[in-house]
This record gives sequence, C-alpha cells and structure tokens, in this order.
Amino acid sequence: MSANLSALFYLLSGILFILALRGLSSPETSRRGNYYGIAGMVISIIVTFLSVSNFGYGFIYVIIFLIIGGLIGSFIAFKIPMTAMPELVAGFHSLVGLAAVFVAISAFLKPDAFSLGVVGNIKLASLIEMSLGAAIGAITFSGSIIAFLKLRGIMSGAPITFKGQHFINLVIGLSIIFLIYYLCRTQASNIFWSLIIISFIVGILLIIPIGGADMPVVISMLNSYSGWAAAGIGFTLENTALIITGALVGSSGAILSYIMCKGMNRSFFNVILGGWGATDQTSSSQSKEQKPVKNGNADDAAFLMKNASSVIIVPGYGMAVAQAQHALREMVDALKKNGVKVSYAIHPVAGRMPGHMNVLLAEANVPYDEVFELEEINNDFSNCDVAYVIGANDVTNPVAKSDPQSPIYGMPVLDVEKSKSVLFVKRSLSPGYAGIDNDLFYRDNTLMLFADAKKMTEEIVKSL
Amino acid sequence: MEIDPFIFRLSIFILSIFVGYYVVWSVTPSLHTPLMSVTNAISSVIIVGAIIAALAGSSESIFETSNIFGFLAIILAAVNIFGGFLVTQRMLQMYKKKKK
Repeated sequence: MSANLSALFYLLSGILFILALRGLSSPETSRRGNYYGIAGMVISIIVTFLSVSNFGYGFIYVIIFLIIGGLIGSFIAFKIPMTAMPELVAGFHSLVGLAAVFVAISAFLKPDAFSLGVVGNIKLASLIEMSLGAAIGAITFSGSIIAFLKLRGIMSGAPITFKGQHFINLVIGLSIIFLIYYLCRTQASNIFWSLIIISFIVGILLIIPIGGADMPVVISMLNSYSGWAAAGIGFTLENTALIITGALVGSSGAILSYIMCKGMNRSFFNVILGGWGATDQTSSSQSKEQKPVKNGNADDAAFLMKNASSVIIVPGYGMAVAQAQHALREMVDALKKNGVKVSYAIHPVAGRMPGHMNVLLAEANVPYDEVFELEEINNDFSNCDVAYVIGANDVTNPVAKSDPQSPIYGMPVLDVEKSKSVLFVKRSLSPGYAGIDNDLFYRDNTLMLFADAKKMTEEIVKSL
Repeated sequence: MEIDPFIFRLSIFILSIFVGYYVVWSVTPSLHTPLMSVTNAISSVIIVGAIIAALAGSSESIFETSNIFGFLAIILAAVNIFGGFLVTQRMLQMYKKKKK
C-alpha cells in the first residue's frame, strides 16, 4: 500500500475518532459513536498491516499477541464492577503509557524500520519527538500505577509529603530537559535509558503527594498525559491517526481536570502541589461536636417522604461504597407509586472520577433524564419538600457559601439546606474527606439517620 | 522555499487540539466516565507503532530486542483496545430513558 494512500486512511480513522467523542454529547447517539471508534481502530490496524506487508512468521505472532491481549481486555471489561471504574481507567492509562515507552524504545533501537535514520545517527526532530513520547509515557505509566494503588486501597489515600519535595521535583524535571539535550548531541543509548528511568521516578513523585479526595483530578490529568504521550509517538512515526488521537485525548483530559478543579474551587497547581487532607481541621470540628442534632429512624424518614410532593436524592461516593444504589432505586419506585416526584442531584466531584455517580445510577436502572447536574437542579431545592442525602457530605456543606475561613469556601455546593427538610444518611458525625465538619448536621430542618446507607434505605422501603 | 512536512503534522496536531476542545465541551457531564474509557481505547491506536516495531526486519531476525518490545506493546495496547471499547459499550448500554 502506498504511503499516501495509507496516510489518507489514517486521516479517516482520526475523523472516526472525533465522531466517537462527538457521539457522547447525548446518551442516544453515544452507542453509535462507540462503533465509529471501533471502526477507526480496525481501519488503522488493517492499514498498518497492509503498509508493512510483512506477512511472514512475524505476522502470525502479531495476531497471536493481539488475541492474547484482546482476551485479557475483554475478560476485564466484562468482569469489572462499575464501582471499580476509576481503578480500571487508571490501570488502562498505565498500559497506554508503557506501550508508548516500548514503541519509543524499539524506534530508538531500530530507527531504520521507522525510516528515522540509522542507529547512532537518528534525525534530530525524531529523536526529540521519541524522547518526549517516552518521557511522558513513562510518567503516565508510573503515575497511573500509584493512582491505581491509591484507588484500590492497596496504598493509603493520604498524601505523602516530605521536605524539599517541590525542589526535588524541579531538579528532576530540569534534568529530563538536560538529558534530552545531551541525547540529541551524543545519541548515546545510556542517556536514553536514564531518561526513561528518571521519568518513571517523576511519575511516582508527582502522584504520591496528592490526596484521595483529589483522585478525580489525578485520573483526568493522567488521561491527558496518555494523550500527549501518544501524540509524541505519532510525530515520531509520522502517523496522522496517532497525532489526531493524541491531541483529542490530551485536550479531553485537560478539560476534565479543569472541570474537576472547578468543582472543588481549587486551582490546578494547588491540587498538583498536594495535600488537602494534610491540613488539619481538628480544632474546629471538636468544638462543634457538642452541638445538638436531630436523630431519626427509618419510619420517620418514610413518613416524611411519603407525604412530600417532591423529593431530591443527593447521592455521593458513600452510596457506592455501601452498594446502596439498587435499594435506593427500590425506594424511589415506591415513592413514585405514592405520586411523589423524585429527581437526583449530582455534584461534579461526586464519586472518584468524572461522571462516576451517573454510571452507578444508570447501572441501578435509574433513567438518565431523572438525573441532574448541579447547575440544572440547584434552584429546585427551595421548592422541594425533602432532600435525601445518601453518601455525600462535603458537597452539601453550606459553610462553603458562608465561612471564608473554611478550606472549602467558594466551592460550588448543592443548596440542600433550602429544602423543607433534609434527611442525611450517615454512619456517624465524623467529618468527610476534606476533614471539615458539616454545618448541615445541626440545622433545624435536618434529620440525621445514623446507619449504613444500604440498610437504612432498605428499612425505609419496608416502612413505605 | 519548501515547507518541512513536520510543519504540516504540527498544523494537524494543533487543529486537532482545537477540535478536541470543542467536541469535549459538548460532551454531557453524565457521560464523562464513558468519555474517559473511550479516550483510553482510542489512544491505544499506538498499536500502529507497536505493529511496525514488531514486524521490522526479516523473518529470521523477528525476535531481536526491538521486535520484542514491539510485541509487548501489542499486548498492552490490545488489552486497552478491547477492554476500553467493551467497557464503554457496557456502560453506554445502561443509560436508559424513563419508561412512559
């Protein structure tokens, strides 16, 4: 296949990938979008086979390895529970990163196969592109591994900070630039290997100081990195499909990071430089612990909701941890039978990754047109009779609107306290991820339901 | 004077960033998780590079170091392609409208 023809086909794949993302603008078009994405991938792979046109032994091995990887991937895709989606995505990012590193290594070892020159005399531009691709890929790989371990709970979500951390990161960051410069001058393979190893270390150092609550930002950021790594390799291979895809994924991840940061009212740098959970708020929370709270049980909750005309459900990650989403839907079904209007309110940072809560609700067969984003629903709280907060905490804290001293001041929150009554399901009065006491607990219109989210919801269903 | 092909690729890259910017802002927030898994899948088009790496050289020299890195990258990318598209499909299938 001629190089020009295959370049046109790669462009076609790139366009199909754009259409795949475009499809996600609404759930109706999204499934078709996914097929566009698959078509783009199939075209890319076939065109590559035809343009390499080496159908000897190697080809058979390629097919075998493709099938092995495909089987592993399919198995994971079918087995993974929806609650574990953040870990899965982090794990997948690490694979893209490592694949980028491997491709860069083989391009460095055998540049003639990619028509980039010969060993010891690789074209300057190609050398810069492949070392950038390898470095970003390596950072993506090790960073995603750390994110994966933190999300899985294998590693503590607490931020790991030490003295001089930023200084060390700066030094290592500069040394990467330095190494790339020397690599271009000497073409020495030792420098190439050191570059990769140092990049692995940077990835680890970048993610360890970031706390568990900031994981949505981290995952989006690594998503972005995996895109830039792919684009770097795309430049090396002079492949349009890879360049387009890399740019798409890179900007997608960057936008998601921005949305997540805005959802927490924090700057990107503030998140990267780490440690929200590290600042201790213990003094303020201890003094408030004495305030009286109203304590209720399932019967009270059932009575309140049955006699309401509208109820808004505010789910958070706690709901997913307790696996309460199915019980919750049963409760909503029972309420609807009683003629109660029910909708769901979702905060941008509810869950462990962007849009996580929506997937969990969709899994529990909640229709997506009953689920609303913060801006869409926030004005409705003042007209609603009952707000049922299940597994969410910080995102409902009115302190974010009133107390400039609070670390979450300015963060957009759901105006839950404006509804006539608030039912707050929680195990105890302990503060949330941000380590801040929730003012909502002590409001007159709040009834605390101290229990496991799933058990409480099931009991309410029984008494309805 | 002739324009270096690199400049063309850079143009494609920058224009694609803009396309990505506008397309991603139009993605509904409720589909942000599928967005991440599908971007994951499509970025594995890096398998193109892995295939070239794996098949470089003649049939006798198919297991040189550079080929082996290519084969390893094929496995990694294949896990991602199949896993990414299938898990996206699984998620998207769950989004249903209210039954009237």
